[in-house]
Amino acid sequence: MPLNWVLVLTTFLFCVGVYGVLARRNAVIVLMSIEIMLNAVNLNLIAFNGALEGDRLIGQVFALFVIAIAAAELGVGLAIVLLIYRNSFTVSLDEVNLLKW
Amino acid sequence: MQGLIFLVVAATSGFAAVRLVTNKNLVHAALYLVVTLMGMAIIFLLLTAEFVAWVQVLIYVGAVIVLLLFGLMLTRAQIGKTALDRQQRWVAGPVALVLFGVTAPVLWRFFDGRTISLDRQSGNTEALGTEIFTKFVLPFEVVSVLLLAALVGAVFLAKKD
Repeated sequence: MPLNWVLVLTTFLFCVGVYGVLARRNAVIVLMSIEIMLNAVNLNLIAFNGALEGDRLIGQVFALFVIAIAAAELGVGLAIVLLIYRNSFTVSLDEVNLLKW
Repeated sequence: MQGLIFLVVAATSGFAAVRLVTNKNLVHAALYLVVTLMGMAIIFLLLTAEFVAWVQVLIYVGAVIVLLLFGLMLTRAQIGKTALDRQQRWVAGPVALVLFGVTAPVLWRFFDGRTISLDRQSGNTEALGTEIFTKFVLPFEVVSVLLLAALVGAVFLAKKD
């Protein structure tokens, strides 16, 4: 399978994730967009693992580590979102500007 | 054949991702995320990374989606047309488009002609396990400590005083 195709797909998904992080208002949707970006990176790692010579599977090992760290990040992130909701009754990122100025 | 499956799955996955960041119903966004992640798992399978594919199905489609749905429900997400996007929405589209427009052609041209070999012998889970538990033992342990720390931190943050 051509490496190109996979790379364009991962770039597209990453850019969709970037758009979601920048544009969406709900903090949970922003976390979902971050998951899409991390998944695009995982696909990149696996594609390059298949495209490079040699039998070692380092790309897949890194993809597994990225999945584990993404799970940890999501747990802490959702806990923070819940805490924000409990304190200010909103998860809209436009209104969470306590630390801004 | 694999190319055809890849194109179909990639189109579905990309469409679901776009719908995720543009639709109005927040619960539907979580379901679109399921479609995207399952598509990624199928592509992992196509690229002969079956262990990562199943880990993806178990952790992302199983655990992460449930967690995100709980997050949506517990924060009483507004479902409807009211104010979905932030004030800075007008930068988001151009930033994403420029990023894609610059990166994708460069990658396309630079890696033209390279192929992903799909003729590895099936069943690389054993090789993957050997790799993790011989060469990557220390990072593996560090990741376990990180997961423990994240667990404790999440419980501490979310508990009621």
